[in-house]
This record gives sequence, structure tokens and C-alpha cells, in this order.
Amino acid sequence: MNWTNIATVYLKELKDTLRDRRSLMSMIVVPTLVMPLLTFGVGKVMSGVIKKTQEEIPSVAILGGEDSPAVVAALKKSPKLRVVATPADYKQAIGDKKLRVAIQLPERFEAGLQAGAAPTVKVFNYTGELKSEHGASVVEGFLVALREQTIVDRLAEHGLAKTLARPFEFKRENVAPPEKVGGNLFGGLVPYLIIILCFSGAMYPAMDLTAGEKERGTMEMLLCSPIARVDIVLGKFLMVLTGSLSAMCFMLLSMGVSAAIGGTLMLGGRGGGAVAAAAAAHGPNPMNVIPTIDPLGLVGVLAMVFPVAVLFAAATFTVALFAKSYKEAQSYVGPMIIVVIMPAVIGMLPGIDLNARLALVPLLNLSLVCREMLSGVWHWNYIALIFGSSCVYAAAALALAVKMFNREEVIFRT
Amino acid sequence: MIEARHLTKTFRDKKRGEIRAADDISFAVAPGQIYGLLGANGAGKTTTLRLLATLLRPTSGSATVAGFDVTTAPEKVRAHVGFLAASTALYARLTARETITYFGRLNGMTPAAIRGRLKQLSAELDMDEFLDRRCDKFSTGMKQKTSIARTLIHDPAVMIFDEPTLGLDVMTARAIVRFVRDCRARGKTVIYSTHVMSEVEKLCDTIGIIHGGRLLAEGTLAELRVRHGEQDLEEIFVQVAGTEEAK
Repeated sequence: MNWTNIATVYLKELKDTLRDRRSLMSMIVVPTLVMPLLTFGVGKVMSGVIKKTQEEIPSVAILGGEDSPAVVAALKKSPKLRVVATPADYKQAIGDKKLRVAIQLPERFEAGLQAGAAPTVKVFNYTGELKSEHGASVVEGFLVALREQTIVDRLAEHGLAKTLARPFEFKRENVAPPEKVGGNLFGGLVPYLIIILCFSGAMYPAMDLTAGEKERGTMEMLLCSPIARVDIVLGKFLMVLTGSLSAMCFMLLSMGVSAAIGGTLMLGGRGGGAVAAAAAAHGPNPMNVIPTIDPLGLVGVLAMVFPVAVLFAAATFTVALFAKSYKEAQSYVGPMIIVVIMPAVIGMLPGIDLNARLALVPLLNLSLVCREMLSGVWHWNYIALIFGSSCVYAAAALALAVKMFNREEVIFRT
Repeated sequence: MIEARHLTKTFRDKKRGEIRAADDISFAVAPGQIYGLLGANGAGKTTTLRLLATLLRPTSGSATVAGFDVTTAPEKVRAHVGFLAASTALYARLTARETITYFGRLNGMTPAAIRGRLKQLSAELDMDEFLDRRCDKFSTGMKQKTSIARTLIHDPAVMIFDEPTLGLDVMTARAIVRFVRDCRARGKTVIYSTHVMSEVEKLCDTIGIIHGGRLLAEGTLAELRVRHGEQDLEEIFVQVAGTEEAK
């Protein structure tokens, strides 16, 4: 192994890759855009839709209620509801989004209430449809208020205090520090994005430097040079690793900038101060805690991701090496992303906790430990086990890449 | 100096079983000589040349190139060999200067030595005008000149040409042939594979006819004419290959 030769190959590949649009897209452009798109694009659209839904006064049709004029009048009077004429097929109308919700008052509803019976009111909505769900919750809010008012009235009839039905109040207060809230909220998402981008950052340089070079007819020329095969592999591998790591770095950088500007995530510094001040201004309401991410956790994530990036670089390099053309390499390397996504998605699921067995499952272990580290939980024994096992997998993949590069039937496959 | 001794290379194919791409091939080429390896497509020319350039390892037999054994000292062999084939291409996203410099570095040359040699080659091959342009914008002639400069940057003692004129226009092919002659004039050991009879007649000091992976006939053009009673090289080739086919 000659480091001068490795550096020569690496620097040439770096120059070549930086002039390749496809690799630049996967290494720099996509990772840089993904967080702003998620924060300002998808996030903005989502919050806009939710805000619009909450602002809408839902249309309600009343079924029955001819013998309950007071309740119907109260429904019509409510500023949060818009009572409309009942269509013939109200279920179809809800499905067609012409009506948000329908409320069915049973026969003699008010009389039943007076008699102390417990009649059931039905609320019809379209589950999964945001505006219909919102309409149902507004109607349910109305019914809860009506029920409480009925209790208060009955207690008053018997000369009893209304606190008899509600002897005490309670309220929830968050004790989790913001970084733990952030860790739990984003701890699954951040490693997931890192894993995907690390892989896609490695994918295009790996294909270009192996199958692409075979296809263009430059591989034979390179193999004719006097440097050892292992130096060629390591030079090329380092370039693929650069692609993988730069994708991750650009994503994190972009995430930091997005957080500082957007104020949804905080990585520290001035943005963090502004967010903290905003949090203080909002008071102790749990809904107003602005989630942050522990910066130390982020450093831990970077350290844990490194051997996984090596694994990705070596694995994509080896698989792409088998292909004769770039197109063929795409058909081999492309499906690998499913193998990569699956453990990352499982790691995002709530309720799956890190244990010694899962600590040995590649990618899933990374996903789980990153979630913990980002929320400030440090299980050093698992961290050591995961880092160690990831290094072993990465070393094995790199050794395989060198072995494959030395096989004539792989390099000169016809 | 090239010396091949019973060089054999077999490949395994799922459908066809064992294929002997090079079968017991022996020949020698002295410095200042051009050895022409003449054969049809699939005859085993490329395999033989790849064995000599240490791109492939022989299944059996051995060879020495510039005094180094292809099996035990492949890196030293490659340090003394320049390999030029029609199938090899250039790095499209690099300039001619960057490409040639890269190969100079791979051959262990110092930056000063590369600059000096590049200046000399650029003047010889008239490359100054396009030296700093990207290779993907090159004409065929420019590509060939860059490939030649890339092959010669480390001034190798042995030159291996694998069908270098394949698919080239007449003028570019003539330039290549002239370059091969120059190599001989400079005392380099040259091996030249082709299936074009006229090139062999014009260029080669010794001709080896290869067919089905085996070297079936060898000698100077005059010797082959006498031995086979034919003046036309194509007739000699058909006679030699046809005799083998009949077996």
C-alpha cells in the first residue's frame, strides 16, 4: 500500500467527480435542499392546511331534533358551527366533502334528558379526512359542553354546588428539557435522513468510478499503470466515502441553517438564543416548548455514522464493480436502497428500544442509538458495541471490495 | 525484450465450459523490432496482450517483459510498458494535460519530470492548441494524440498496441502507423495486434498468426511466403487458419 499513489488516484477522482453533474446532485444539491424543503416546503404547506382547517367553520346537518327545539337552537346559535339543510343522502354528502359532519338527535331527546334517561347522540364524519375530523371534534366539543351544562342545571335544581360534579381541576406541565423533546420528536427522523443521504451520496460516485469507468473504456488504461490494485481501490473508495460524508455534512449544515431561520429546530448559537427567548416568552404551556436537539448528541451521531458511511461506500463500490455499464450498475445498486431504508424506518417506530441483540443489527442499531443520543441518553455499553460492530462490518466490506477488484472475471466481465 | 513461454489462459463459461483463449503461446520480440500478432476477432490476440501487460494472470506458462516476470513482478512489468488499444478511452471530464499528468504521477514521475516530458511530447505531437481543453470536446485525431502522449509519458521500453487503428479514419490510422514506426526507430520493443493484413505487411518485422487461441505460424513475411507458397498474406492467413479449422 502506497499512500502517495492512493492520494494521486483520490485527487484525480475528486476532480473528475466534482465535474460530474449527477454526482454533484447526490453529494451536494439534494442534501442541501432536503432540510429547507422539509422545513419551509412541506412544513409550511402542512401548517397552512392545518391552519386553514382550524379556521373553517364546519357545516353541520341535523338529523331529527324536531322534538328538541332548544338543542337545535343552541346548535344553530353556536358561532363555531354552521348548520345547513340536511341533504337526502347525508353520508354521500360527507364523502363528497359538501358537508363536514352530521349530528343525529334521537327521538324525544330533550324529554329523555328531563326524565333522566341517557339517550345517545350520533355524530357522522369521514375518518381520515382532515376537515371532517375537525368538524366532528367541534361538534363533540359542543356536546361535551351541553352535557356539563345539563349536570350543572340538575345540581342547581337540587340546590347543590356545581363543584360536586367537578371536585378538582388538573393541568399538564412538561418537565422534559427541550433537547429531550427534540430528541424524541426528531431523533428518529434525523438518523433516517442521514442514513438515506449517506447512501445516495455514495451511490453515484461508486457507479461512476467502477461501472462508468468500465463502460467508457478508461479502466483498462488505469489497470495498465504500475501502481498496485489495492492503491487504486483505496483511492477510488476514499472518493466514494467523500461523496457519502459530504452528503451528510451538507444535510447537517443545511439543517442548522434551516433551524436558525425557521426556529423549529435548534442546534445552538444565535438561533438557539432566539428560540429560547421565544420559548420563555410563551410561558410554561407544554404546547409552546420549542424542541431542540442536544449538540453533543449530534457530535455523537456523526461519530457513529462514520463507520456506516465506510460500509456504504465499500458496499456500493463492490456491487457496482460487477456491472459492465452505468445503467446495469443502477439496476444493482438502486434496489439496495430498500435494504437501507427498512432498518432506518423500523428505528423510527415508537416502542422499539435498543438492546444487546438489536445493537448488532446494522443500520437499525445506528437508528436506535442516534435517537437516544439526540435526546441526551448515553448507553455507553451499547454505543461501544454498535461502534465496534459497525467498524467490523465496514472493514469486511472494504476487504471484499479489494478482493473483488483483484478478480479478473469481475473487472473484465464480458 | 518480450519473451512468452507456453502462455496459456483459460476461462470458465457457464454455457461453453472451459475456453482456452490463449493456448501454449511462445514467441520472442527483440528491442527495435515490431512483432505483428495477426488474427481474426476472438482469435486470442487481446488475451495474449493482456497477459503480457499483466492485466490478466496466466493459467500456465510464463513471460518476461523488459526483463521482469509477468507473474512475480507485474508492477515492474507495467512500469516498463505502454499499452494502447482502440478500445481504451480518455477521461472525458479531464483536460489532455490533466490526463497525461495523472499517468505520469501513476508512473512515479516527479512534477518537474512530467512537465518536461509533456512539453516535449506536446511539441512532437503538435498538441499545444488543445492541451488544456477537456477530452470530451476532442476530435478523433486529438483523442489519439492524447492517448499516445499518455502512453509515452514515462518513456516505456516496451509498447503494446492492441488493434490501435480499429474504427479510425485513414488519416488518423496513418498517423498511428507512423507513430509505431517511430517507436521501433527509438529502439523500443513493439508488439502490434491487428486483423488488417496491409498494416502487418507494412509494419511488422516478424508475424505471428494466431487462431483459436494458438500461435499457428510465425516468421518474417518473406519466410511465410516461402513456407506456404503464396505471395498474398491474406491467402497465407486463410491457408493457416483453414488448416486448423479442418482439424
